[in-house]
Amino acid sequence: MPTSPPVALSDRSLRRDEVVAALRAVLPVDALLASPEELTPYECDGLSALRQVPLAVALPHTEDQVAAVLRCCRRLAVPVVARGAGTGLSGGALPHGDGIVLSLARLNGILALDPEAGTACVQPGVRNLAISEAAAPFGLYYAPDPSSQIACTIGGNVAENSGGVHCLKYGLTLHNVLAVRGYTMDGEEIICGGAAPEGPGLDLFPVVIGSEGLLLVIVEITVRLLPRPASARVVMASFDDVGRACDSVTAIIAAGIIPAGLEMMDRGATAAVEPFCRAGYDLTAAAILLIESDGTPIEVEDEIQRVSAIVRGAGAIAVAVSGSEAERLRFWSGRKNAFPAAGRISPDYYCMDGTIPRKHLARVLDEIRGLEQRYGLRCINVFHAGDGNLHPLILFDANAPGEWDRAEQFGTDILELCVALGGTITGEHGVGAEKIGSMCSQFTDGERAAFAAVKAAFDPAGLLNPAKLIPTLHRCAEYGRQRVHAGQLPFPELERF
Amino acid sequence: MSAPADAALSQLREQVLAAVASGTPLCIRGGGTKDFLGEARVGEVLDLRGVAGVVDYDPSELVITARAGTPLALIEALLAERGQHLAFEPPSFGADSTIGGVVAAGLAGPRRGSVGGVRDFVLGAHLLAVNGEVLRFGGRVMKNVAGFDLSRLFCGSLGVLGPLVELSLKVLPMPAVECTLEFELSAAAAVVAFNRWSRLPLPLSATSWFDGRARVRLSGVAPALEAACVSLGGRVLSGDESRCWWDDLRHYRLAFHANRAPLWRLSLPATAAPLALSGTGLIEWAGALRWLRTDEEPARVRAVVAAAGGSAACWYAPAGQPMFDVLPPAALALQRRLKAAFDPQALFSRGRLVVGL
Repeated sequence: MPTSPPVALSDRSLRRDEVVAALRAVLPVDALLASPEELTPYECDGLSALRQVPLAVALPHTEDQVAAVLRCCRRLAVPVVARGAGTGLSGGALPHGDGIVLSLARLNGILALDPEAGTACVQPGVRNLAISEAAAPFGLYYAPDPSSQIACTIGGNVAENSGGVHCLKYGLTLHNVLAVRGYTMDGEEIICGGAAPEGPGLDLFPVVIGSEGLLLVIVEITVRLLPRPASARVVMASFDDVGRACDSVTAIIAAGIIPAGLEMMDRGATAAVEPFCRAGYDLTAAAILLIESDGTPIEVEDEIQRVSAIVRGAGAIAVAVSGSEAERLRFWSGRKNAFPAAGRISPDYYCMDGTIPRKHLARVLDEIRGLEQRYGLRCINVFHAGDGNLHPLILFDANAPGEWDRAEQFGTDILELCVALGGTITGEHGVGAEKIGSMCSQFTDGERAAFAAVKAAFDPAGLLNPAKLIPTLHRCAEYGRQRVHAGQLPFPELERF
Repeated sequence: MSAPADAALSQLREQVLAAVASGTPLCIRGGGTKDFLGEARVGEVLDLRGVAGVVDYDPSELVITARAGTPLALIEALLAERGQHLAFEPPSFGADSTIGGVVAAGLAGPRRGSVGGVRDFVLGAHLLAVNGEVLRFGGRVMKNVAGFDLSRLFCGSLGVLGPLVELSLKVLPMPAVECTLEFELSAAAAVVAFNRWSRLPLPLSATSWFDGRARVRLSGVAPALEAACVSLGGRVLSGDESRCWWDDLRHYRLAFHANRAPLWRLSLPATAAPLALSGTGLIEWAGALRWLRTDEEPARVRAVVAAAGGSAACWYAPAGQPMFDVLPPAALALQRRLKAAFDPQALFSRGRLVVGL
């Protein structure tokens, strides 16, 4: 995993003193952390397997302070890692050993909410759910709902282009944000997108969304608010065969239905969550599907009937429809608590995030079962089945020698498989520090060089979140050596897309 | 890959490499139906029409992958056979419109206001780079955050970053039923009503105002449309009248469009108050797209629109008037660095998107 080049301890402490002194000059006393005990909570994000203590943590209160921190770090050539709530799962906010963490958590104001235009202008440290709460009195909400939405910030969502269970119908962060304003490492203010749908020149907006803090530090975000659907109901379908569950997913889409949510859990996942959540899942089923319809009561009734008929036709052994809001939430409770449940049945778990063309779902589940044998580790599966986004949870014990290494190899194999089937190594969690090696298998040297050139166009000094997202040529050569076993790539039988 | 498309791609590669060697500017072109779009075209034509053909279409994946030169009409016919469509309703300016041109132009139709624009439906793009390599960005899946999202950067780029040779687009099921309601309203009242209705859970898929008449299109399942019609009121247009109106609006085929007197395409926040500009107007996207035929001074039009938080494109320009607004210096500098990342000699579509880019 990326670590800074070894620097003698005394050099590092000298450098730290220099950086801290410079930041003290531009920040109030309560906006800078530099003692070891204060820095420890920032040494990792949601991917706790990777840790690095930064030189310091800046916690600015204002946009001016953010710009001042950037100018200061630019002058001293200090790497800057922006951070929201630290819930990210790919180590995107993993500190740089020679750099600082720039926490945007205190920029947490909802600056304006315009119910007539259906927009809200917010600071990056506002929590995802807080936006919907503020919009609720107007019958509006912010659609993307990553499972960490209670804690994660909108700034982090923008950095990762986060999804959630409803993005099949309502899109990703990209589709629900109208504009962002931020600063380059050189302290230049940049606005991308806008309340008006078109503007002159290249549209930088989609490049900035999901750029994992490598291009700009965002200080203001304008989001689109949608009318809250009048009603929502869930169909829970149980299957005694995973393949039939997968076929149902395809059949629903093929029938012209775009459900609000279309999720799958395998038996390992339902068994893990049921004792914990009492969601009412059929534990004898090989897999269950949760299919949500939302809209006016008439629309929902119509869609629920069509969906129920399709899953029955595809061989569901049981079909239940939520009859009340309480029951709907109960059906979802297991799915929403799948990650904590994994943490409850295993000392540690490693969450993957590949995406594949939907038609290969059954195939991937089969291959994952083979990998469980190969690595001697269990893997339970929850999927955003509607958009082919997998979240295999590999169970391991970090204290057992070699288990983390095996879990990491297991995960890397899953990602290789996703790429080989025409998919991608990350659907919504980002590359960060975690999947930087897998970037080598998804992209050619030329493609990675293009990413690096785009990065350099925004950040010529390469100080914003360095060593994330884009692997160096050297790193890919190293990755290639590790991955080719006895001259054979994993999954040699698959045609590479 | 089909053999003719392969051969056409090799030929393109040769032409690009030769142009790079000699420093010859290239004008990227598909069917040529949008030659009018953007600033002046310069350079030798790089013709994408040969790189054509659908590569992959599986309706249950909601994705179509096609080479850039594939005619838009062919793609739309193929999708329609399976009850699907390009939901952003790109305008076609003739039978020769290609899918590469659709993405490079970045123009969307009436449904833009409710489902999003071209950018929101692009999943992947292949770019022919200056060294002759084909670079693949994005992919064929709905969710993909590996690397910067460059495939969407190409939308509306008018080719300034290089030629796109293959595209993957998200497709959606066609709505089961559509109908249109008409109301007698002033432009200002129509914009207020469109925005109010947009904040309600109604199956609105398009809005327009022209000549004292506001029209809204509803799309979805029959019972939902019936309920929406009851709650909104208004006159229900006949099926033919409805289809014709939205088709003509989408493809710029109204008499309003045919008149070649100076015409502006104004992009605004949907709720922007009526502009202090004289002329006749046509409003779409709940007020976010406002066409204005006016003899006002171009500088004044641009200033008024900018003050309202929008941008102005001079669709039928008086001689010497650039189409698009000028970029602020810092933004232009960044865009130049970005172009240089792909096209260091500035050979592709030089100056067509932005003067000086």
